[in-house]
Amino acid sequence: MAEHYSSFQRSSWRWVAQRVTAVFLIGALAFHFVLLHFINHAAEISFAGTQARMDEIGYLSLMVTFLVTAAFHGLNGVYNALVNQGLEGTQKRVVGLVLVLAGVLLVGQGTYVALSMNGFI
Amino acid sequence: MSSTYDRGTVENFGRWREFSAGMWAWVLHKFTGWILIGYLFTHIAVLSTATGVDQAMVEANEDIYTNTLQDLEELVIVRFLEIGLLSVAVFHILNGIRLLMVDLGVGLESQDKSFYGSLALTAVIAVASIPTFLGGVF
Repeated sequence: MAEHYSSFQRSSWRWVAQRVTAVFLIGALAFHFVLLHFINHAAEISFAGTQARMDEIGYLSLMVTFLVTAAFHGLNGVYNALVNQGLEGTQKRVVGLVLVLAGVLLVGQGTYVALSMNGFI
Repeated sequence: MSSTYDRGTVENFGRWREFSAGMWAWVLHKFTGWILIGYLFTHIAVLSTATGVDQAMVEANEDIYTNTLQDLEELVIVRFLEIGLLSVAVFHILNGIRLLMVDLGVGLESQDKSFYGSLALTAVIAVASIPTFLGGVF
């Protein structure tokens, strides 16, 4: 019989959020790669092209949602990997706080960049 | 019914010979995950430095963003790193789909096969992407 093992606690909201963001990210990451490497080749990307894409509210909101979900999924994954390695007590709380702070800064800076590309800022 | 067990630490590299397909899947999923979150921070940092305005460039009808990206794309190493990034992303996606299936209780008896399938499909996609990524750099 196959054994089931997961480092995540099923009762945790983060366990559910990790999987919900995973489902979204499967599509968003694949879309991002295909659009910016295969449809538009990276070597041919220009600010004008990026600005035109970011001018569309649907694309802009998709990119910001992509940023937020990727930041959560990645940092929550890092946190769980560290907890899985035995992180506990004060160290666990400090690492959690640092990762939350890093996530807030990443999303803040990324949103600022997206709005700069869009011309809003 | 779920159960947990102590797998020891990954840092004990001497254990790699004992790893099963499931352990390799676990190691590779963590490894690709660390790379992807590291890349996300790098990506936002590079884009942040490229969205400024340089008056001299504006007068020359150029912009920092386009110049930065095109300068990076002229480097052969960047093109190879892009193939690496695609491979990492594709494996993480495919193995992630596999993990979601495991969570849903689908195909539990075929976990080894689906891991090998994820690796094989990642390799095929990475090889197929080479002409696109290396196009025009040499």
